[in-house]
Amino acid sequence: MSRKVPQEQYEKTFSFKFKRWLDGTKDPFLDTVEMVPQKPFQETEEAAARRAGDRKRIAERVYDLEHNRLICFFKRFYKIMSALFCIFLVVMLLEAVSWLPTVGEADKPVNNEVSARYIENGLQETGAVNIVSGMILTYRAFDTFGETNVLFIAACCVMVLLMVDEAALKRQESTNDRRYEPKNDTILQTVAFILCPVIFIFGIYVILNGHLSPGGGFSGGAIIGAGLILYLSAFGFGKTQRFFNEKVYTMAKVTSLLMYGLIGTYFYITGANGMENHIPLGIPGHILSSGIILPINICVGIEVACTMYAFYALFRRGGI
Amino acid sequence: MEIIRNFPAISILLCLFAGIVSSALKAKGAGRVNLALILTEIVLQIFVLIQTIALGRPYVYVMGKFPAPWGNEIRAGVLEAFMALFFCVIMLLCMLGGSREREKELEAGKQHLYYIMIDLLLSSLLALVYTNDLFTAYVFVEINTISACGLIMIRQNGRTLEASIRYMIMSLLGSGLLLLGICFLYDLTGHLLMSNIKEQVQLLAASGNYHIPLIVSLGLMSVGLAIKSALYPFHTWLPDAYGYSTLSSSAILSSLVSKGYIFLLLKIFYRVIGFDIVGESKVINVLFVFGIVGMIMGSLSAIREDNIRRMIAFSSVAQIGYIYMGFGLGTAEGVIASIYHVVSHSASKSLLFVAASGLTDASGESCRYPDLTGAGYRNKLAGAAFTVGSLAMVGMPVFSGFISKLLFSQAAIGHNFKMLPTLIALAISTILNAIYFMKTVIRIYTPPSGKEEMAEGRVIAAKENKRKSAALVCFIALNLILGLNSEPIIRLIRSGLEMFG
Repeated sequence: MSRKVPQEQYEKTFSFKFKRWLDGTKDPFLDTVEMVPQKPFQETEEAAARRAGDRKRIAERVYDLEHNRLICFFKRFYKIMSALFCIFLVVMLLEAVSWLPTVGEADKPVNNEVSARYIENGLQETGAVNIVSGMILTYRAFDTFGETNVLFIAACCVMVLLMVDEAALKRQESTNDRRYEPKNDTILQTVAFILCPVIFIFGIYVILNGHLSPGGGFSGGAIIGAGLILYLSAFGFGKTQRFFNEKVYTMAKVTSLLMYGLIGTYFYITGANGMENHIPLGIPGHILSSGIILPINICVGIEVACTMYAFYALFRRGGI
Repeated sequence: MEIIRNFPAISILLCLFAGIVSSALKAKGAGRVNLALILTEIVLQIFVLIQTIALGRPYVYVMGKFPAPWGNEIRAGVLEAFMALFFCVIMLLCMLGGSREREKELEAGKQHLYYIMIDLLLSSLLALVYTNDLFTAYVFVEINTISACGLIMIRQNGRTLEASIRYMIMSLLGSGLLLLGICFLYDLTGHLLMSNIKEQVQLLAASGNYHIPLIVSLGLMSVGLAIKSALYPFHTWLPDAYGYSTLSSSAILSSLVSKGYIFLLLKIFYRVIGFDIVGESKVINVLFVFGIVGMIMGSLSAIREDNIRRMIAFSSVAQIGYIYMGFGLGTAEGVIASIYHVVSHSASKSLLFVAASGLTDASGESCRYPDLTGAGYRNKLAGAAFTVGSLAMVGMPVFSGFISKLLFSQAAIGHNFKMLPTLIALAISTILNAIYFMKTVIRIYTPPSGKEEMAEGRVIAAKENKRKSAALVCFIALNLILGLNSEPIIRLIRSGLEMFG
């Protein structure tokens, strides 16, 4: 049994709007999304001329090129020599590479007992199906701990450079756009609302499956960090800080690095002194397996995600 | 004792832990952690040194369950333990001497970051000293580079920012070349562990295979580390980086960071390639020539300088030249002289930086020469310390510099081609050193005549900054010990070098 729908009621339905959009009679973005066209950049002629002359004027004032023929000569000499030097370096490196062992040959020096053991015994000794994870996190765990600390110190250095006090931030607010927050952009927010959970889950999946499939702490952490950044740029600092502020950041960073350090230290010391370590290897292929790799991957993942987010937040407004 | 075997590994890990924990602490707590860490490290290194001397041979320590070519490994011998102990002592004194400046010059909210960077820097120095794995060395070179950059730029003004950008570009270029060299070497030998690479390289050298890539890789690694330790033509980043950063940074950068890279280069020469193969290659002659040129050009730049801290910084260029010249001689004697010079230069250069800051404190924070007139009377201890440091640098007997210059000339004698250039360069460089250091010493002991200079300066008693005074006294004592009691130290270095390869 069909029923006639009055015109006004029909106009409210989705199918009517969709049909109008399909016909092209109504643009759905009109009146709903604010779109201000950017003003074209216009420069007066004298400003352009001044800008073009700036470099020359500064060079003249600093170096006094009229009277310093030596500097002029040196500048030209420097350009020519640096080009020559680069060409020399390129030729030398190419020449050296051409003398290296051929790629793919069976008797290359690289194909020795080291890689043989990694490939043949890697699965039994580390319990990791992903041999690369087994290599960097069990055989050479110390290097990777160093590498994680490189990220840590890099984040500290960026903090030294860009961190701004909360008080100073408030003072600068009027003159500086550090606190600039984007307008509530519906498209971005909707997309972020859908994508962020997926990104987080995918990142966690990559981290947890680091010992089973390609991936691991570094790549999974980067994915989670990217998700955090997307959330931040869609919803602003106010909302992000409700679950990820400086306190959480410090806690997460310190805990994950300390955990990694403790696991690593236990592993090194017991291994070096010929003691049994009580970390079970589990059954290869299971999610809970492969000894120290899974917890270390989680720690590395948290650290990498925190660092990625911290870089973005520090560059954006000088605080986390 | 069996447990001491663990100490090198524990000392590296301890530094990393201290850095991590400090990031959750405030400035004061981080400072305490840092002090406790350095003191602990000194104790640990003393144990390691005693044990390695008693053992009479180096021992390897496997980091983890898996033995050498598969896992990471560190190795401790007499030379390594001695260097590690020495680095820790200098680090302690530098931190002690610059504590007042740190409080004054660094932002309050960022001081704990400074301590994190010092902790990680110490870890990287210890790792560079102890590691037996080329790739571990590279990882810690990265940590060293980034933290050194942070140490320069944490005192934020235009000059230090510019200096740290320059330092970062040059230093990353050096890291890149080092990494390329390691890649070449790995492709040729299939190993990253130093001892295994050496076996393979000896085989390659005997058979004559892959000669060109081997030499190129040696050249890349040498040049990369030379850039990072400011050998003469690559020194342009140095004067601003040392001259304008906060006091403990410049003292640590000049006396420890560059020395860590030099020690790594020594390790590459002895333990990775083999010193006989390095001696046969032409790479070593290049280092020799650059070293000699650096000895003279660095001193000439220092003479022209009007700023006392930049003058001291330029003098570093000359002293690094000495060290590379010693490597360039290609004999064990030359290397021993270089290692001794690493030690004596670290001790006297950090002394000079701390003493110079004492002098500038007494002259209204000005580093310019005219303002420093009579500063030695206003701050007596700093004046005396600066004089001691200058004499050690110039190479007066009784002080440490004399012994290293003596060792260099002894090493040069009997060398066919390199004897004459070495001796001439040593003589010229000593005179140039004397010119600029004695100029400064005379300046600080000239009673001021003008009125405005007196108005700026103020008298500083030794009690006023107790930590700096204590550091200065320790530095003076260290220089005198190195100068007067050099025989056992040289013996230690010699025995360490024999078991180093």
